[in-house]
Amino acid sequence: MRRYSVFAIAREAMRGHKGWDEQWSSPEPRPEYDVIIVGAGGHGLATAYYLAKNHGITNIAVLEKGWLGGGNTGRNTTIIRSNYLYDESAGIYDHAVKLWDGLSQDLNYNVMYSPRGVMMLAHNVHDVQVLKRHVHANRLNGIDNEWMTPEQAKAFCPPLNIAKDARYPVVGATLQRRGGTARHDAVAWGYARAASARGVHIIQNCEVTGVKRAANGAVMGVDTTRGFIGAKKVGVVAAGHSSVIMQMADVRMPLESYPLQALVSEPVKPIFPCVVMSNTVHAYISQSDKGELVIGAGTDQYISYSQTGGLHILTHTLDAICEMFPMFTRMKMLRSWGGIVDVTPDRSPILAKTPVPGLYVNCGWGTGGFKATPGSGHVFAHTIAHDEPHKINAGYTLERFRTGRLIDEAAAAAVAH
Amino acid sequence: MLLIRCPYCEEERPELEFRNAGEAHVARSPAIAGISDADFEAFFFIRSNPKGVIHERWRHIHGCGRFFNAQRDSVTDKFFKTYKAGEKKPPLPKAATAPVASADVRPAEPSGEPPRRRTTPKGDA
Ligand SMILES: Cc1cc2nc3c(=O)[nH]c(=O)nc-3n(C[C@H](O)[C@H](O)[C@H](O)COP(=O)(O)OP(=O)(O)OC[C@H]3O[C@@H](n4cnc5c(N)ncnc54)[C@H](O)[C@@H]3O)c2cc1C
Ligand SMILES: [Zn+2]
Repeated sequence: MRRYSVFAIAREAMRGHKGWDEQWSSPEPRPEYDVIIVGAGGHGLATAYYLAKNHGITNIAVLEKGWLGGGNTGRNTTIIRSNYLYDESAGIYDHAVKLWDGLSQDLNYNVMYSPRGVMMLAHNVHDVQVLKRHVHANRLNGIDNEWMTPEQAKAFCPPLNIAKDARYPVVGATLQRRGGTARHDAVAWGYARAASARGVHIIQNCEVTGVKRAANGAVMGVDTTRGFIGAKKVGVVAAGHSSVIMQMADVRMPLESYPLQALVSEPVKPIFPCVVMSNTVHAYISQSDKGELVIGAGTDQYISYSQTGGLHILTHTLDAICEMFPMFTRMKMLRSWGGIVDVTPDRSPILAKTPVPGLYVNCGWGTGGFKATPGSGHVFAHTIAHDEPHKINAGYTLERFRTGRLIDEAAAAAVAH
Repeated sequence: MLLIRCPYCEEERPELEFRNAGEAHVARSPAIAGISDADFEAFFFIRSNPKGVIHERWRHIHGCGRFFNAQRDSVTDKFFKTYKAGEKKPPLPKAATAPVASADVRPAEPSGEPPRRRTTPKGDA
């Protein structure tokens, strides 16, 4: 891999940009690998990268049914934060935030991590209680999060309407200054390039259609649209399709898959300095470096793999955006799309061994896993390499739905992200 | 938005009148306090989440208020049938999506931009 640097740019500028390599190679699959990762989203690619970098395992294939980063990694609104309620959540999401800081250097790829601050709005007494509880819990876990008055919130984000007679009055807010955004595609591409440089095979347009198991039940490999590929360890990192693949190994999952939508406006000059989220009216918004307002909507109420969603879900979110930021009422929306998110009953992920020897699963990130990408890949690589979890993901088992040791962010946050 | 036929009102109505109520035909044990942790997990947390034919409960919450069941394709969102609570699961429809072929894989796009919304002929009304 040729390193990217200011000198490389200068050199290429002098010779018409003819010397740039492909960012990753597209090899033919080998008959067998040490580890197969199913799903080339950010989490799967990060897992492969950290397996190679930290555990010396490089005989790895990442199998992707479409194109890499074409799943939820390339469809999300890129909000990064770690101010979740529970200790386990603090552990993994803050592990990720620490890795985001420095990821561009580590990967030699600009992932455009921008800690511009994530502000969460309180509109009523209940919100105030819940959000203040988060502030205190976060501080006990050493995670920055602060309480703001409506005036302070407006000073931090001038487009915000804090009028007393607003339809959704703002009565306070929290701010995590280390929260922010990153460029989603660059995260997938950066991990793919860095993993490929360490010898990982990334095989696109290769759908896993079956999981092969030996007589003793252990994993032997996977059937794919490009034939059988052997491996003694298989990690399933397939977001909305995780339960479909686990079913191929006869493991039934506590997951349901729903469409989640987002949309972007026409690009405009810099107007929106941070990320603002409102759980209560269900809207979140930021501005990309290209200038588009990036707006996240809710999930549909029914299970679907259609990668589309109802239009009324989008209009509901836009209603709220227009009330909170009246200056945006005449903005034109350019594009909308959906991704299929895998939701667990407690809204926390599963990063664990499974009842099938050699089969590992990293799923259940639902509506909010982009922020965790580096941390998730890092601890999942550890789990696969050592056949036991890292201490950060030790609580994220599949068994917790039997033992009752839930990590109940669902009750804590009442909503996404 | 889906158009859903309520089998009690015998009318197709917009999705906004309905509330989805999860997987259908999941029977609660009459002696729930006595079942094992594994059985409770299977009843309470584990779901089929099929890609293809799905059986689910709906409630006509802003209409007659009653629960009923539906058989739908979770890839196209097309309803095969809605039927009253208590009725047997209907046989699998012939036109159901094959479980393996991924109808949702589209050819790679040159840029990393999220693809546009596909226009589905059915499902969205
Ligand atoms: C609209 C939207 C907004 C979101 N906003 C945020 C946000 O602001 N902040 C945040 O933190 N998170 C957000 N999320 C959630 C976040 O996108 C996901 O949690 C995260 O990207 C999941 O990454 P992944 O790598 O696990 O999954 P994906 O990127 O979906 O990768 C899984 C891959 O598996 C592949 N695959 C599936 N089946 C097979 C098969 N049989 N064989 C081979 N490959 C297969 C898929 O094609 C896909 O590429 C959002 C999601 C959506 C849809
Ligand atoms: Zn009715």
